Amino acid sequence: MNHLQHNPDLTSSVIYGLGWVYLLMFLMNAYWVRRSYALDGNCRLSLGGILGKGEQIPVAAFWAVYAGMLLMVAITHLTGSNNPQQFSLQMPEILKEPINRASNPVAFFIGSTSLYVLMIVLRKWWTTPTAGWILLNLSILFLALSVTDYDFRQIVGKPDNVPIVAMLYIVGFFTWLYFKKSVDNDERKAAGRPLFEQENNEKVLTWPDLVYTELVCMVLVTAVLIAWGIVLQAPLEEPASAAKTPNPSKAPWYFLGLQEMLVYFDPWMAGVVLPSVILVGLMAVPYIDFNKAGNGYYTFNERKFAVSTFLFGFLPLWVAMIVLGTFLRGPNWNFFSPYEFWDVHKLELLNNINLSELFWIKGLGQPLPVVPPGASFAQQAPIILLREWLGLVGVAFYLVVLPNIMAATVFKKFYIKMGFLRYMVLANLMLMMMSLPIKMVLRWAVNLKYIVAIPEWFFNI
Amino acid sequence: MSVGDYIRGSQIWKSIFRHPAPVDRRNRVVVMLTNFFLHLHPVSIKQQGIALSYTWCMGGITFFLFLVETITGVLLMFYYRPTLEFAFNDILALRDVTTLGIMREVHRWAAHSMVITVWLHMYRVFLTGSYKPPREFNWVIGVLLLVLTLLLSFTGYLLPWDQLAIWAITVGSNMARATPFLGYEGPGAQLLNIGGYDLITNGSDARFLLLGSRFVGEATLNRFYILHCVAIPLVVSLLIAIHFWRVRKDGGISQPL
Repeated sequence: MNHLQHNPDLTSSVIYGLGWVYLLMFLMNAYWVRRSYALDGNCRLSLGGILGKGEQIPVAAFWAVYAGMLLMVAITHLTGSNNPQQFSLQMPEILKEPINRASNPVAFFIGSTSLYVLMIVLRKWWTTPTAGWILLNLSILFLALSVTDYDFRQIVGKPDNVPIVAMLYIVGFFTWLYFKKSVDNDERKAAGRPLFEQENNEKVLTWPDLVYTELVCMVLVTAVLIAWGIVLQAPLEEPASAAKTPNPSKAPWYFLGLQEMLVYFDPWMAGVVLPSVILVGLMAVPYIDFNKAGNGYYTFNERKFAVSTFLFGFLPLWVAMIVLGTFLRGPNWNFFSPYEFWDVHKLELLNNINLSELFWIKGLGQPLPVVPPGASFAQQAPIILLREWLGLVGVAFYLVVLPNIMAATVFKKFYIKMGFLRYMVLANLMLMMMSLPIKMVLRWAVNLKYIVAIPEWFFNI
Repeated sequence: MSVGDYIRGSQIWKSIFRHPAPVDRRNRVVVMLTNFFLHLHPVSIKQQGIALSYTWCMGGITFFLFLVETITGVLLMFYYRPTLEFAFNDILALRDVTTLGIMREVHRWAAHSMVITVWLHMYRVFLTGSYKPPREFNWVIGVLLLVLTLLLSFTGYLLPWDQLAIWAITVGSNMARATPFLGYEGPGAQLLNIGGYDLITNGSDARFLLLGSRFVGEATLNRFYILHCVAIPLVVSLLIAIHFWRVRKDGGISQPL
C-alpha cells in the first residue's frame, strides 16, 4: 500500500501558498457572484421535489455557495498548514490513479486533438462568459490540487517552467477571446448588421487615446517583471561539465515541440527540414491564402479552412507538444504521467520495426537484401533501392501523386482558384504538417520506425 | 509665476519641447508630429483599431520587452565576461553579490515573456487576417523577427555556462549535425567529396559553423555572446524599424475594409 505514502513531503509552505491561491479564487468568485446577480437572472430549483414545484432563486446563489466554500478552503489552508502530513485537502489518489494510468503519448495527442475539434464545433457554447468562467475555475482547481502531489510539483514548479504554465492560460484566454469575437461577428454578418469593428469606429487622437494605453501597458509589464524577478530566482545549476550529461537533456522550452518530434523522425527531419518547412510555410501564408474575406476583423465562418489549419498547427502540434516535452518527458525521454516519479531506470520496450523489414521479413518471409561491407556508392545504390523500394514509392506517392489526386477531388475548388504553383505549395505544406500525426499514428498502430530506412546515407524518413 | 511655469518658459525647455503641454486639440496633434518617439504613430487613429480586445497589445509589449532586454542586457554586460574562467562565477556574483543583480532575473523572465508575446502577436495578426494584402510582406518580416527572437533567446541560454546552459545548447545544436548536405551526419553529405576527400567533416559542417568547435566550448561561448549581444540585436533593430515603418505605409493598424 505504498501509494498511501504518495505525498511524503507536502510542506507547510506549499499549503500556505495554496491558501493564498484559494483566497484569490474566492475574491474572483465574489466578484462573479455580484456580476451574476446583476446579469444572470433566476432559475427554478426544486431539489428533486423537496421544494414542491420549486422556487425561483437567483443563479448567483450557486456561485455564492461555491465562493463560500472556496473561502473556507482558503482559511483551512492558511490556518492548518502546521501539520502537513495530516493535511487532507490533497489531490485524491482515487483521481490520481486513473489519470496516471490513462496518460500516455497516444492519449495525450488524441486528447489535445479532440479538444481542438470540440473547441471549433462548440464555439458558440464555450465562449459565453459563464462557460469561460467555469473552465477557468476548473483548470485552476485542477492545478491547485495537483500541486499537492510531490512529483507534479517538482516539474511544474521549476522556475523555467512557470512561464509555460502562464502561457497556457494566456493562449487559452486569447483563443477563447478570438472565438467569442468571431461568433459575435459571424452572427452580425448573418443578420446583416455591421461588424463589431465597424461600430463606434470614429477617428480619435493618438494622444491621449493610444499613448496612455501604451504607458499603462509599459508600467504593468515592468511591475510584473520586477515582481516576478523578486519572487522567482533565475535558475542556475552546477557549473558546466562536458563529462556529466544530465538525464533528461532538454533543449530550451520553446524548442521542446521539435525535440518531441525526434521520437518520430530523425534529426535531419525533426531538427532541420520540418522547422524550415514551418518557417517557409509561415512566410508563404499571405501568398497562398487567396481568400479576401476576413481582412482586419475577427471571423471564423468566412475563413474556416485557414483558421482551422493554423489552429491545428499552433495548438495541438506546437503548444501541446511543448507541454508534452516539458512536463511529461523525463529521463531517456520516456513518457511519465503527471503524478509519476521521474525514475531514471524506467524501461520502455522499443520493438519498432522498419517498413522494409515489414515488407521483406514479415511479408515475403525473406531476409533483407544485404549491402556488402565496404561497397562503393554505385554498388550500394541498387541494393538499397531494392530494399527500400516500397517506402520510397510511398513517400513519392505522398509528396508527388497525392497533391494531384487532392487537386482533382477534395481541393478542386482551391486548385482552380489558386493555379498550379500556389496550389502545390499549399498542398505540400499541408502534407508536411500532416506527416507528423501520420508518423505518430503509424508508430502507435504498427510500431513503425522508419518508412524509408537508409542509415548508410543518414537518410531515414 | 510658479516654478513649473518658469521651467516651461525657459529657453532650454522650449528647445526640447517645441509646443505647450498637449492638453488641447492642436497641441495633441503637434506633439505627435514633433516628438521623435511619438512620430512612429499617426496623429489620429480609428478607435476600434487600438481597442485592446482587438490588438491584444502583443506587438507593443513585444517591442517593450525588447527594450527591457536591451537595457538589462547592457547592465549585465558590465558584470559578465564570456570566458570559461569567469562566465559562471560572474553569474554567481550577479546572484549573490552584485547590487541590482535582479537584472538577471528580469532579463531572463522578460526573455521568456518575449517569446510568448511574439507568438501571441502572430496569433492575433493571423486571426484577424491582417497579413492579407497589402500587408503580406510585413508578415514575412514578422516571421523573420519571430525566428530572430527565438535565436536571441537560444544564444542567451548558453551564457550562464551552467549545466542547464551547455546541455540545452548541445541538444539544440546537435540537430545541425544532421543538416542535409551540410551536416556530417546529414543525408547527402557523403556525396560532397572530391577524390575520396570528404568536404563535410565534423570540423567543417554546419554544426561547427554554429559552435566554432566540435563541441560546446569556449569558442561557442564567444560566438554565442557576440551573436546574442551584438549581431542579432543589430539585425532585429533594423527589421523592427522596417516592420514599424511598413505598418504605417501599408495602411496602419488593420481594419475592416
